[in-house]
Amino acid sequence: MITTDICIIGAGPVGLFAVFEAGLLKMRCHLIDYLPQVGGQLSEIYPQKPIYDIPGYPEIKAQELVDNLMKQIKPFKPTFTLGERVDYLAKQDDGSFIVTTNDNTQVHAQVIVIAGGLGVFEPRKPVLENLEKFEGRGVTYMVKNPETFRDKKVVLAGGGDSALDWTIYLANLAERVTLVHRNETFRGAPDSAAKVYDLANNGKIDLILSANLKELSGNGQLHNVKLEGKNKEEIIINADYLIPLFGLSPKLGPIADWGLNIDKSAIEVDTRDYSTGVERIYAIGDINTYPGKLKLILCGFHEAAIMMHSAFKYVYPDQKLSFKYTTVNGVNSF
Amino acid sequence: MVSFTVEDQDGNRQKIEAPDDMGLSLMEILKAYEYPILATCGGMALCATCHIEVLKGEEELGIATDVELDQLENLPEYYSTSRLACQVRISTLLEGSIIKLRGEDN
Repeated sequence: MITTDICIIGAGPVGLFAVFEAGLLKMRCHLIDYLPQVGGQLSEIYPQKPIYDIPGYPEIKAQELVDNLMKQIKPFKPTFTLGERVDYLAKQDDGSFIVTTNDNTQVHAQVIVIAGGLGVFEPRKPVLENLEKFEGRGVTYMVKNPETFRDKKVVLAGGGDSALDWTIYLANLAERVTLVHRNETFRGAPDSAAKVYDLANNGKIDLILSANLKELSGNGQLHNVKLEGKNKEEIIINADYLIPLFGLSPKLGPIADWGLNIDKSAIEVDTRDYSTGVERIYAIGDINTYPGKLKLILCGFHEAAIMMHSAFKYVYPDQKLSFKYTTVNGVNSF
Repeated sequence: MVSFTVEDQDGNRQKIEAPDDMGLSLMEILKAYEYPILATCGGMALCATCHIEVLKGEEELGIATDVELDQLENLPEYYSTSRLACQVRISTLLEGSIIKLRGEDN
């Protein structure tokens, strides 16, 4: 069990800056994010895009802002759990919380801060009637451990870079790899596409273009993947695994079940301190809503500062909070 | 003003009027009308969470641009007149068209 003062759910720019504001008040933070890297949508979706409305920076690339934030919070030694989704929050008798992730990582914290942006980036799923029946029974949306697929028959679906890259990687590992793509060509990295064509021409993989997933079948475990080909013909592929790779899309996820007031996928907060209706749980950044809310990074930064001053009373119930400027006191690392 | 029709995921249609002289995108108008469009990236054609299909008016609106196709390529569903709403400008070209919301996100 990880023990900390503040558990921040979401390691985007606002979650990261919250560590700084907590640190100034001598509160330690642990951050959890479902993405494998910090930075939220800045790193995941538009790392190279310039942002023009960060005070003091006429222009800064999204990834650069994330890198700078990591540098800024370094003195406060934040700890991270990445690639895991927070599934449960359990209130303890003393008011503190134990957070549990989908991989059973547990974090004990006095205060919970939800800085989850648009929610959890989950894999996009194809529309197939009995898809859920085969999830975990042959259908998987990401390659966590490639060894799982050794000597297995694997069907990959999708036309983006990750579909191409995993096809190339698994070609040498799996018994048979079939890549199914809706279009006639690939728009992704030309090098990867060329490699995939080579593998197909040399008979190392099966490449089925202009085809769509239609149906899955199997007795408990995935056995066949049915496709519809270019001329509406039926193609049946024997498969142990199907890996649909259609990118990621944000979902509110388990947060919706934590008893908070939710309005249009956002958490309602009190603007005095960005607290939710549940004591010791705060929400900051794009995931919260209140009259006049603007989904801007700079607004999230402001919310983080105010919220941490409010949270102080739960971490240090016997101490009086005194407001200090960094210009007077500097940044005192842990 | 320009007027066009929006069909939601359930097939309900609504006529919409929007100003054609403010440089707005179709995504912004759909959000203003409170359609459940995520538009995660805010209109940079980087996330494909504002996927629409043009049911009528495709001759005027044209087909998806290269940046849109790069994103649409990743989606599980795709139609011959698929577009990203963030890349469709509100202009007189939209007059009388019918737009259907697509994608699991919408």
